[in-house]
Amino acid sequence: MCTICGCEAATGEAPRNAPVDSWRPGRHGAGGKQGSIAGNRSRDGRHPDRHGPHDHRHPAHTHDDHGAIDFGTGLAGVHLPGMSQERIIRIERDILSKNDAFARANRARLKAGGILALNLVSSPGSGKTSLLVRTIKDLQSRFPIAVIEGDQQTSNDADRIRATGAPAVQINTGKGCHLDAHMVGHALDRLPLTAGGLLFIENVGNLVCPAAFDLGEAHKAVVLSVTEGEDKPLKYPAMFEQADLMLLSKADLLPHLDFDMDACTGFARRVNPRIDILTVSARSGDGLPAFYRWIEQQVRSDTTAKGEGT
Amino acid sequence: MHEMTVAESLVELIEDEGRCRGFSRVRQVRVRIGALGHVEPDALRFCFAAVSHGTVAEGARLELETVAGEGWCPGCARTVTIAERHDICPECGSCQVRMTAGAELRLAELEVD
Repeated sequence: MCTICGCEAATGEAPRNAPVDSWRPGRHGAGGKQGSIAGNRSRDGRHPDRHGPHDHRHPAHTHDDHGAIDFGTGLAGVHLPGMSQERIIRIERDILSKNDAFARANRARLKAGGILALNLVSSPGSGKTSLLVRTIKDLQSRFPIAVIEGDQQTSNDADRIRATGAPAVQINTGKGCHLDAHMVGHALDRLPLTAGGLLFIENVGNLVCPAAFDLGEAHKAVVLSVTEGEDKPLKYPAMFEQADLMLLSKADLLPHLDFDMDACTGFARRVNPRIDILTVSARSGDGLPAFYRWIEQQVRSDTTAKGEGT
Repeated sequence: MHEMTVAESLVELIEDEGRCRGFSRVRQVRVRIGALGHVEPDALRFCFAAVSHGTVAEGARLELETVAGEGWCPGCARTVTIAERHDICPECGSCQVRMTAGAELRLAELEVD
């Protein structure tokens, strides 16, 4: 139902049947022609209006059946001498409310399907894809695993994931600097999602923008490679504040670096006292068993929470 | 530059409101923006001017009202002002302050014709 006026037009439903590979600005609204949710998003204004023309204008005052004149029924709901009521409208809506509605739909869909979704965020080059490839190889005998890959261009990462045998959908964001929940909803349509499975969403490499967009994941995991500065959690606090797990990657390189592990974990906990921190190396495999135990623990607690909720 | 996406979402909301409420031109847009949020005010202004072209919001003045950062300190059992997301309590120095305001990103009000 439309959250603005209560009409029957759909908002926040899981989108279906639209291409995933063309998210460039200006081409995005094309999905609306297929009756998908993209029509709601398109700036050319195709609110899928099935209820015919209507008019929410109200007069500056009304005369009711009893002869009373009410000056408080205008758009503003107040009367200010000398000012037309039609001029000021209180809205009070979150600007990212549409993304949040898509995220809620994704989350409900994943939860109902019994799938644990992790949103992997980091700066470019932190080793997310290498970590994923290794994780899939080690875990695919225990869990059905699917992957959504986000990059501005190329399908290189999805190709690397598919080489492991796991299904992967590549989302190219064009000039976009982050995945949003709408894109992820489309990608979900194209993935085999098996109950008890894992979904890894590898976000666009960027420690800033993805923090603002909920995708409907169960947990955000931030990957920070030890070749980066240990003060990244303080420089980009929004991302670290939202993550439930920090993975310090490329740990096999530690002997060659001056990376101050204690300082880094201290900074991360200062920004987010609840964050779990694990040190891993996709190359040597060190630390990965602890990461896998963390995943299994989330799967168990997710299942328990689902059992309690029903 | 996620401000571009934020500006697009803002214009979409305004157009939704325009269709539902039947206004055809917006003079002023008032947005509440958290001081500790994800959005840079100048970048949002720039992007809003760019993406509102050809919409009911074209030429509208974007008024950004900043909401200061606040958090709940369990030690002091009260709301305190914070200057950063991970700030310590200015009263007792506790690191346990939980942010309660300052992340807002809301379309508050429109002035329309």
